[in-house]
Amino acid sequence: MRSRINDFAIKLANVNGTGSASANGLIMQAIFRMGVPVSGKNLFPSNIQGLPTWYEIRVNPKGYTARALDYDLMIAMNAQTYKRDVQEVRSGGYLLYDSSWPLDDELLRDDVNYIGVPLARMCNENFREPRERILMKNIATAGALIELLNIDGAVVEKLVEEKYGRKKALRESNQKALKLGADYVREHFQCPLDFHLETMQANDDKILIDGNTATALGCVYGGATVAAWYPITPATSVMDGFKEFCEQYRKDPETGANNFAILQAEDELAAIGMVIGASWNGARAFTSTAGPGVSLMNELLGLAYYAEIPAVVIDVQRVGPSTGMPTRTQQGDLLECAYASHGDTKHILLIPANPSECFEFAPKCFDLAERFQTPVFLMSDLDIGMNDWVTPKLHWDDAYRPDRGKVLTAAQLEELPKYFRYLPQNGSAVAARTLPGVHSKGAFFTRGSGHNKFGGYTEIPDEYQEVMDRLLLKHKEAAGAVPEPVIIRREGARVGMITIGGCDPAVREALDILEDMGRPMDFMRIRAFPFHQKVEEFLAEHDYCYVVEQNRDGQLCSMLILETPVSKDKIRPVLIYSGYPLSAKNVLDVITSKVEELDAIYR
Amino acid sequence: MPSIVKPLVSHPSLSRNELGLTIRDYEGSMSTLCAGCGHDSITAAITRALWELSTPPHMLAKLSGIGCSSKTPTYFVGGAHGFNSAHGRMPAIATGANAANRELTYLGVSGDGDSLSIGIGHLCHAMRRNLNMLYVIENNGVYGLTKGQFSASSDVGSKSKKGEANKMSPIDPVQLALSLGATFVARSFSGDKQQLVPILKAGLSHRGFAIVDVISPCVTFNDHEGSTKSYKYTRGKHLVATESDFVPPSGEIVAEIGQVGQTNVTMHDGSVLRFTRVPENYDVSDRQAALKYLREHQGEVVTGVLFVDESVPEMHEMNNTPQAPLGSLPFEKLCPGSGELAKLMEDFR
Repeated sequence: MRSRINDFAIKLANVNGTGSASANGLIMQAIFRMGVPVSGKNLFPSNIQGLPTWYEIRVNPKGYTARALDYDLMIAMNAQTYKRDVQEVRSGGYLLYDSSWPLDDELLRDDVNYIGVPLARMCNENFREPRERILMKNIATAGALIELLNIDGAVVEKLVEEKYGRKKALRESNQKALKLGADYVREHFQCPLDFHLETMQANDDKILIDGNTATALGCVYGGATVAAWYPITPATSVMDGFKEFCEQYRKDPETGANNFAILQAEDELAAIGMVIGASWNGARAFTSTAGPGVSLMNELLGLAYYAEIPAVVIDVQRVGPSTGMPTRTQQGDLLECAYASHGDTKHILLIPANPSECFEFAPKCFDLAERFQTPVFLMSDLDIGMNDWVTPKLHWDDAYRPDRGKVLTAAQLEELPKYFRYLPQNGSAVAARTLPGVHSKGAFFTRGSGHNKFGGYTEIPDEYQEVMDRLLLKHKEAAGAVPEPVIIRREGARVGMITIGGCDPAVREALDILEDMGRPMDFMRIRAFPFHQKVEEFLAEHDYCYVVEQNRDGQLCSMLILETPVSKDKIRPVLIYSGYPLSAKNVLDVITSKVEELDAIYR
Repeated sequence: MPSIVKPLVSHPSLSRNELGLTIRDYEGSMSTLCAGCGHDSITAAITRALWELSTPPHMLAKLSGIGCSSKTPTYFVGGAHGFNSAHGRMPAIATGANAANRELTYLGVSGDGDSLSIGIGHLCHAMRRNLNMLYVIENNGVYGLTKGQFSASSDVGSKSKKGEANKMSPIDPVQLALSLGATFVARSFSGDKQQLVPILKAGLSHRGFAIVDVISPCVTFNDHEGSTKSYKYTRGKHLVATESDFVPPSGEIVAEIGQVGQTNVTMHDGSVLRFTRVPENYDVSDRQAALKYLREHQGEVVTGVLFVDESVPEMHEMNNTPQAPLGSLPFEKLCPGSGELAKLMEDFR
């Protein structure tokens, strides 16, 4: 078999709570530092210890890093899932197992090569503490992979040095375990395998970061000072990150005071209430949550929308409905967030595709929330939020200044004959707001009950409707201020493929393959709601469009049909929603099943 | 109805506070509650307390939830920002507002439905945070706006207007507050302004969460024979446990009284809560003594400042936030800039 350089996928099957994450991370980071395009996807259970967990690594010289779905090498370390794991190895691929115990004949496949490494036996012989024996088994596995995949040993050594530099005992244990695994496979097997790594220079301007960390950093850079939250998977690490960065960057150098407040609320009802209270009082405030949290926040999101108070909600989407699958990914909250709360509401959504966009969009969320005085959602998801992505280094423009929207100062209020809260000016649908503590002339009564443009209570039909109509205009106005869609055109394309968020790499890969098959399609990734004008144009330009999204009901499709003039028969849903990050194969499976329809156009 | 404009005529002889403002400057729009509603008396007491304390109107934030009581912030201090939020959520909104700007005086007005049913969780956690605010419950034991359902503070056996008796045991906000660690706990009666005004002033001056449960009869749905929240019943069972007076920071110098069970409590702002009567063996700084006293006087409406502790740090002190409002910090202080980001990127290699 010809050797394949930097083009393969491996999968590590483990039991959670055994320290496998640290070994997986080590391999992933080593490959990244070798300059090879790589992705790591953690497929983990909603559990702390004892359940199956997998980690997939894909390397690809062209930079395709969506999931691969067939694996060149399976590292089968979990007896519970062994049977299924064996089946996922591609024909001619390899399976690495712990040969401390004999392998059940039932699990043998003729077309798979077996690499037995007595990991448990070696670790029992070389380490004393029971916990250490378990943890080091994973590191010894990593050692074996160094040889099998030709991972640069010097890079690994440096990583271990950086990680355990000051902890001598731990560093030595890790080095010893790595050597055990490496020595054994070198002595017993042909190394490296026919697919393996070679150093590249693809990652010089890149970093390895998860979306939640990047989001948290974006909130710090965007000037958020009040954060309120309730712990929830997969959003918790947003607040962990925010806290960490605030400790690093927001301690006042003169007074030592915390130039931030993080409030762990009693529930999501309170979390959004705190955000609204803080925003009402002039702070940039946000909450981080997932679908179940947004469900609870619905009540007060309507208040913020109607009373016109900024609020930023980071929704790291997971699989619903109900508790659903908390550690699996989906884009199932689009409709919930776009129209959150009872009555007529429409909210602004920004939809990032990777950690770089999480960082870029977070300050934008605050700008839009304050400019349009309304809730804004950052629609991240578990795949983006919790997996490490190779992404361009984050950049910051020091010329950035927050857009605080129309807020009247004491001097401006002093000059006004009288202030009215909901009276728009200067051709915009947005009315100037005032903050408490500034001037008694700016005082008014913020209320979620019916109000007229002067801010007074009303039950008079025309007065109520006038305000509601302006809110709709305001939402339309926001369409010109949100990020434009990303559009990539191809020669001869008559069909479009539309997607959102973390589907991006898989869809791009699928489109390259389709082009090679003689079926070029244009690409559009929508990055915000309300839809930018270019979204409508793209829809109009194509015979029809596939819409790739990760939910059962085609929520993006529904929104496109509802909110643009596109006719329903021009929208072809491609729905992959079982909970794992998307693969180009998922997309191609659906498209090739519609090949007749396609050929009618590309004949 | 709220469009009814109140005539704004001040008599020249009206006395002025330290800011040169008359009590009329602390009024709001016309009440739309039923004539004789206890809540209007509380509004009057709040108005007076704020005027006497010379709180600058624009430095007051008035917050409420939903219900008859929650309408009342429109009826006082028109020059202050108000926030009539959602049912039960006022403590959460107040927490965020306070986090953003600790310079304002926070006054929440709530009812028994708002605080003891739909929003009881938020109330409990605001107490845990020792949020610096005065939280007034206008407690009438009934859902007024929806016309007469029992509330969580209805006593066992208390009768509705239609004669039905409540069977479930009530939640007493005072005992709840004492057991959850609230740092200023008082009860009063809307019909006793003499008692209520100094209590409200002390509550406003308290550093931390001050809860004042004010029994406030509902003249329309809960002022009949058989009700335990009627004017008649409350007057008959009213037991004044402690009597106190409030001495502002710049006021007279008060000598320690030193009698057993009696005390002066110096508030955080230097004002003094002077207890003129405290039952023997009752220590206002002893949480257990307060709970014991309430148990011993079950069936009576025990009023007065029942517990004070000025020593507990409030939310901002726990969080080590700066004195200046977080929302007003210059952006340069908040954004680490491109140089720091470039450095940080090396951690993600």
